[in-house]
Amino acid sequence: MSVRLDCTGQLCPLPVLELARHIGAVEVGDVVVVVSDDPAAATDIPAWCRMKGHEFVGATGTEHTVRRRH
Amino acid sequence: MITPPGGGYLDAATTAPLHPAARSALEVALADGWGDPRRLYREGRRARQLLDAARASIAASLGARPDEVTFTPSGTVAAHLGVLGALSAGQRRGRHLVASAVEHSAVLAAAHSHERAGGTVDLVPVDVLGRVDAARFAAALRPDTALACLQTANHEVGTLQPLDAVAEACAAAGVPLLADAAASTGRLAPPRRWDLLAASARKWGGPAGVGVLAVRTGVRWRPVLPDDEAEAGRFPGGVPVPLAVAAAAALEAAAAEREAESARQSALVDRIRAEIARRVPDVEMLGDPDPRGRLPHIVAFSCLYVAGEALMAELDRAGFSVSSGSSCSSSALTPSHVLVAMGVMTHGNVRLGLHAGVTDADVTAFLDALPPIVAALRDQVGAGGL
Repeated sequence: MSVRLDCTGQLCPLPVLELARHIGAVEVGDVVVVVSDDPAAATDIPAWCRMKGHEFVGATGTEHTVRRRH
Repeated sequence: MITPPGGGYLDAATTAPLHPAARSALEVALADGWGDPRRLYREGRRARQLLDAARASIAASLGARPDEVTFTPSGTVAAHLGVLGALSAGQRRGRHLVASAVEHSAVLAAAHSHERAGGTVDLVPVDVLGRVDAARFAAALRPDTALACLQTANHEVGTLQPLDAVAEACAAAGVPLLADAAASTGRLAPPRRWDLLAASARKWGGPAGVGVLAVRTGVRWRPVLPDDEAEAGRFPGGVPVPLAVAAAAALEAAAAEREAESARQSALVDRIRAEIARRVPDVEMLGDPDPRGRLPHIVAFSCLYVAGEALMAELDRAGFSVSSGSSCSSSALTPSHVLVAMGVMTHGNVRLGLHAGVTDADVTAFLDALPPIVAALRDQVGAGGL
């Protein structure tokens, strides 16, 4: 199961905030996909994963995929 | 009457408050050195004497010869001229430029301009502390590399760069090296190994409106703008002599106070790093935690779930002037290229730049003001419990 968060048009920190709010909605090992066209998200989402101990799977276009690790 | 910045002014990495020695030197030079130093009558000769003395003083502070030093209207212009003039003179070797990914935007803007004109540019990546790897930088040098650019230290997070090791690699490859010393001049001893050096007086307690470009004798460089014989043909339009005199006085004063002030400010930075990490949840302290690997006066951090612009505004309201590399605080709405290259949180970013006027009590006041401001901003966006 995965969760998809459409944050199109939102500026940071909102996409990261949405991610933090919803990471608990998936099981450990499952993924959250954040759709964000904010250029800062490409840096902030991997940085959030590093700080919070989750896995940044990768980004394709505006889709940033994060796997819950704990 | 302009109020001098008090202890709430924490953006000396943008502009340091004018040093008192610069203020008195400026007053004297405005009275005595207002003539055009290129004229041969007595007012011109007096201005020329003052300008020559200022140039000799700044050259000595930078470890250069007086005839290697050119005054420019800003550090940005010094960097532009240094980069473009060296590339122009090095065309026979090639049109390839190497720079770190975290250079000041002035260096990167000149690099982009070189690219638009058909040149090629390689930006060397940095680690999470903002530091380039000297071996990786050396590996980017090619037979057609006409110039390499590396800052002495990063202006946004304070991380020192391995300038000596990179200078050695550049010398071995026969590539001239431009050291952007804007962030460190007056704060650390000047770098020893460089071919071109750029700096900015307002960062060391001199007045705004004075930049310095030093080009070592024998290094290939050519003027970028038309030559009108000012500054030995290196930059047209003449030098504002009183400002140059004040800049030299400030740098001499900064050098005299450097050891004591660096130790004092570095200890304040240690305290700021430790206390913010302890008192503000979900914050990332940026740059090198080891004081030997960073500038003594710069400290930067990013607070999760907070917009940098809002944080800056609230701190301003509380009497603290800081800068931010967050995208919402830039006119282009793009985050700082330094934070992006480091791969650290770009939102909620704050940079403090300390100076001689910042006391222990000022730091205590800032450390007491910050946690409730961050907490209130998080509550506003419903991030309080995350």
